[in-house]
Amino acid sequence: MWITLQLTLGGALLAIVIAVVLGLGARVHNIVVRGLCRTVIEFFRGTSLVVQLFFLFFVLPQFGLELPAMVCGILGLGLNYGAYAAEVVRGSINAVPAGQWEATTALSLSKTQTMRRIIFPQAWALMIPSLTNYLIHMLKGTAIVSFITLSDLTFHTEQLRVQTDTFFAYGVSLVIYFVVAYILTLLMNGLEVRAKHRLGRGEPLREALSVKAPNTTVAAEGGRSA
Amino acid sequence: MPTTTDSETAPESGAPATAPAIRFQDVEKRFGDNVVLKDLNFEVSKGDRVTLIGPSGSGKTTILRLVMTLEKATGGYIHINGEPLTHELRGGKRVERSEKAQKQIRKRIGMVFQQFNLFPNMTVLENIIEAPVHVLGQSKEQATRRAMELLESVGLPNKAKAHPLQLSGGQQQRVAIARALAMDPEILLLDEVTSALDPEIVGEVLAILRRIADTTDITMLIVTHEMQFARDVSNRVLMFDGGRIVEEATPDVMFTEPKHERTQAFLHAVLGGQEGQIGTH
Ligand SMILES: Nc1ncnc2c1ncn2[C@@H]1O[C@H](COP(=O)(O)OP(=O)(O)OP(=O)(O)O)[C@@H](O)[C@H]1O
Ligand SMILES: [Mg+2]
Repeated sequence: MWITLQLTLGGALLAIVIAVVLGLGARVHNIVVRGLCRTVIEFFRGTSLVVQLFFLFFVLPQFGLELPAMVCGILGLGLNYGAYAAEVVRGSINAVPAGQWEATTALSLSKTQTMRRIIFPQAWALMIPSLTNYLIHMLKGTAIVSFITLSDLTFHTEQLRVQTDTFFAYGVSLVIYFVVAYILTLLMNGLEVRAKHRLGRGEPLREALSVKAPNTTVAAEGGRSA
Repeated sequence: MPTTTDSETAPESGAPATAPAIRFQDVEKRFGDNVVLKDLNFEVSKGDRVTLIGPSGSGKTTILRLVMTLEKATGGYIHINGEPLTHELRGGKRVERSEKAQKQIRKRIGMVFQQFNLFPNMTVLENIIEAPVHVLGQSKEQATRRAMELLESVGLPNKAKAHPLQLSGGQQQRVAIARALAMDPEILLLDEVTSALDPEIVGEVLAILRRIADTTDITMLIVTHEMQFARDVSNRVLMFDGGRIVEEATPDVMFTEPKHERTQAFLHAVLGGQEGQIGTH
């Protein structure tokens, strides 16, 4: 259980960093940087996660690099899902309307300011739903790490099955995966609501969470400023 | 390709005090094989208000985008206050200037777009102070004070904390005008700034632009289909067709007795045969 959570969260954090770096790198002007990022993206998307994990865990030690199973797991998941998410980052950035870029030029903002302060915050709201998908995928994908000796949730389910009966063991397992996935989804939805609110769309997070009377006047507030 | 006469006319360094605000010199712009502007030469003096008119696709927007460096000319030179904008003649060759040099000039130019292009991830106030603080290095207090003055002058003093998407189109465009003015531009480019607005709110935006024209000495390059507005604010009108200047005149002459038959046809189409309705104030 903890192993599964650690892998999911560690993998997700690493993946998001990799995704942003590769996603931004894949659209820079410099052809060497862009080519390198594209190659990395295609490589990790194009090869199987199991093989990547085996490589990290069984092959690297032959070259004198012995990593703990947990590190291998996080690294493998992070690289693999990071490569997928990089495409989401890149796509979301490209989906920000050209007019936004043009306005930054007209205001003489630098490239860094433009990306950090104008484009990325808008792209962020666009990429959250897809990132949520990958996060849930990754949660379930963590089962693969039992191949490299980590005792994750699926591994313990197997043990439980041996001790108790099949229905019970897999039933418990399903419920746990579902509950964790649901909590992650809720958290990500919270992020999405907040990001959208920042763009002036929809209600603030606090209101979205509170239970509302049927006829609140959210829509009517539109025209007036607070 | 620069000819020998270019080397005499293109200043390699140093700008004379009397240099025009904008000068196009043999400018060519092509997109692939499509030559949009060809051998374009014209000047806009400091403080001038020049309106570009012409049929769709004649290259009006392209000209403004070249000045804003949103596009780069494929030939010739554009000078701002006598200084080359994106390309210069160096050692007999046409070379692109450094990004730093371009930015230095770009800072003096502002643009208002047809689609407003406000930043939705920021409030109205943040939109306006973003560039003054992060590009000009003004303090937040100073920039905010000026932004509030500008919001007042465009009639939106209560909208500072609003989000752009909560505003009507007319209000968004007024914020966009305030945002451009907050950079204190010497040159303001206006590309069909009322075309995306409902007819009944076009007037409020034009009234603000008229006042800016009356109370400042900002050089303006305007593309508009609002002929009455063009007549009121501009002192020169350039008629374009096929990427070339067909006719150039004061608004009075252009709108009452255009010489070129293509201008006559264009104005006739735009004004629906009611040229007489455009009058002087
Ligand atoms: N980014 C681009 N890529 C390819 N062609 C372009 C591009 N931008 C403009 N053009 C072409 O350049 C020509 C001039 O376009 P431009 O937008 O300057 O015309 P315009 O006079 O502003 O027209 P309108 O009155 O419709 O706004 C058109 O033929 C257009 O198709
Ligand atoms: Mg146009």
